[in-house]
Amino acid sequence: MSSVSESLPPPTTATGPVAWVRDKLFSSPLNTVLTLLSVWLLLMTLPPLVEWGLINAHFTAATSAECRASPGACWAFIGQKYRFILFGIYPYDEQWRPLLAAIILTSLIVVSCMRRFWKPRLVGIWAVGLTLVGILMWGGVFGLTYVENTNWGGLPLTLILATFGVAFAFPLGVLLALGRRSRMPAIKTICVVYIELIRGVPLISLLFMSSVMLPLFLPEGFTIDKLLRAQIAIIMFAAAYIAEVVRGGLQAIPKGQYEGADSLGLSYWQKMGLVILPQALKIVIPPMVSLFIAVFKDTSLVVIIGIFDLMNATKTSLVDPAWRGFSIEAYLFISAIYFVFCYSMSKYSQQLEKQLATGHKR
Amino acid sequence: MASNPMSGGQKAPARRLSWNDPDVRSVVYQIVALAAVGLIGWFLVSNTLYNLQTRNIASGFDFLSREAGFAIGEGPIPFEPSDTYARAILVGLLNTLRIAVIGIILATILGTIIGIARLSKNWLVAKLSSIYVEVVRNVPLLLQLFFWYAIITETMPGPRSAFHPLPGIFISNRGIKLPAPSDHFAFDLAGLGFLVALVLAVIVSHWARKRQDATGQPFPVWRTAIALVIGLPLLGWIIGGAPLELDVPRLQGFNFVGGATLTPEFAALLAGLVIYTAGFIAEVVRSGIQAVSHGQWEAAEALGLKRDQVLRLVILPQALRVIIPPMTSQYLNITKNSSLAVAIGYPDIVSVANTTLNQTGQAIEGILIIMAVYLTISLSISVFMNWYNKHIALVER
Repeated sequence: MSSVSESLPPPTTATGPVAWVRDKLFSSPLNTVLTLLSVWLLLMTLPPLVEWGLINAHFTAATSAECRASPGACWAFIGQKYRFILFGIYPYDEQWRPLLAAIILTSLIVVSCMRRFWKPRLVGIWAVGLTLVGILMWGGVFGLTYVENTNWGGLPLTLILATFGVAFAFPLGVLLALGRRSRMPAIKTICVVYIELIRGVPLISLLFMSSVMLPLFLPEGFTIDKLLRAQIAIIMFAAAYIAEVVRGGLQAIPKGQYEGADSLGLSYWQKMGLVILPQALKIVIPPMVSLFIAVFKDTSLVVIIGIFDLMNATKTSLVDPAWRGFSIEAYLFISAIYFVFCYSMSKYSQQLEKQLATGHKR
Repeated sequence: MASNPMSGGQKAPARRLSWNDPDVRSVVYQIVALAAVGLIGWFLVSNTLYNLQTRNIASGFDFLSREAGFAIGEGPIPFEPSDTYARAILVGLLNTLRIAVIGIILATILGTIIGIARLSKNWLVAKLSSIYVEVVRNVPLLLQLFFWYAIITETMPGPRSAFHPLPGIFISNRGIKLPAPSDHFAFDLAGLGFLVALVLAVIVSHWARKRQDATGQPFPVWRTAIALVIGLPLLGWIIGGAPLELDVPRLQGFNFVGGATLTPEFAALLAGLVIYTAGFIAEVVRSGIQAVSHGQWEAAEALGLKRDQVLRLVILPQALRVIIPPMTSQYLNITKNSSLAVAIGYPDIVSVANTTLNQTGQAIEGILIIMAVYLTISLSISVFMNWYNKHIALVER
């Protein structure tokens, strides 16, 4: 039998760079066209960008006139202004304090990402960390000079708005989610109305509301400062979104868990606190990370009501008459800062999702 | 029987009011919650009324009929400073709707292309599109808006040395100039033809589905629809005398005359919204396609369907079910994010209402208008998308 059939030709190279290029770039006419289009796109955009950003760029310049002499990017602008962009109008000699605060906040986030620390003591770590940040930023004790929060600014302020926002919105959001799943119609209605109302309007309108309407809501003589008002708006906003994420987790817990807890004779809060929430919150960690990224990005909106965050500090650094017209460089610089924070968090959440996933995937 | 519970079975224990009765507790909790909400509401309202009175701020919506006294940069309907506040707010609303609708359409197209490109077997295309998605999603939208606005207003040349990439298109720091159809009867006919074609396409697709259900005969719906959408406007244009002149922008003195304009604000807002949201839509589309199990592809191929039939008849209908809910929230996001227009000076509803409340001092009314507008838009989009979702949902037997 085998002598009759002719032997087939050996297969074409299946490994090696040539095979890789043929398989990944030129496997069909359509693929060839797509590859050529992409290469053309890269050739059109990359060389001018490199020329602008590296070859013709000024990395050091004493005055802006030096930068304007050639058409490249003026990174010297960043060198001149980075302290202002990062820390705003915080007293110059005291700027190690916001730097330390920013480091503490970042490490709080990093610690919360480690599974080793997913224990009740995480709450304690957060309480200590946030208190330290408060002491460093305000001062007034331990020989630190007092700094008004109207002088805070830049990256630490952005981090404060995001982390305090999510930290305080989290318990509120869990309560709202439990309320929305409640069997008591009045409580359910209150929670549904709150969640849908907040999610239906843009954050800007809440920020406007907190800056314009909150003073009208309060009794005479009682005022809250601008930063706290913005922080309240962010907390209210984040709570509604956290509630929806947590509700997703609650719905994913099988009914048997609820019934099992009931049959043990646990009270409602014991059932939720000991059985349901520990499981539900674990499921929703990846979407919570995405939500934190969204809140971190959304804090940039406070620029519209005049809070001095990273974005506003950057915009203010641009109006210096001695260094005008370098907005592209400045925006690219803070884009890089935002990107580093958001990208590392999103990579982390993707990795976590893989670790937590137990399903079969192909 | 049921009318007399005492007659059969055990006697139900008499009900006593007790804290151990869950129903009693639930009623008490609810009364307490309602009372707390009511108390907070009463506290806020009474404070507000008192504060308004002591500050001599009028309340009510009477200001809407007063003269606005400010100019609005652009809008689909004409607006003069002597018009009323109500008309100003209408212009703002129309501007918001215009940017939202155009943004949704363009972001869906761009996002779908990039989402599919990310799954491409072509390494270069897949890599480029995933770099796009990562960069765009991890930089705040507001920063992107400022960036595009700075690119247009700071780095673009003036009108006299404007970029001229295609005949009739000029890009300068005054915005983007495009040729527009001139004021001719034939172009109105073409527009009419387009609307008629859309209606006809919907009718044909209904009829084709009915016929296929009844006889099993398929009908080339897509080809017919495309022919209608291209053919009818063309027919209208030819009936109108097939005019060839377009209103092409040309330089006169220091600026352009004629043609249609995309102002720098509109162009920056549209670019920012579309580029940002397309990154999210790409992820929605990609995960939707990946959610369809591999067996579905193999089974469809085993049936002998062609590649485009596999996609159109087997994969897409299943992927759409996964895609629709997150897509809805992206459409809602685009609408809500268009409110960032206020930061770069595009006169949307938030921007106009903000000017109004600054001029009249009527903060509460201004913010109520903004919130009412967005709630209405959000609810209508989600009602429509829920209807569509139900329409395509799996019918379980």
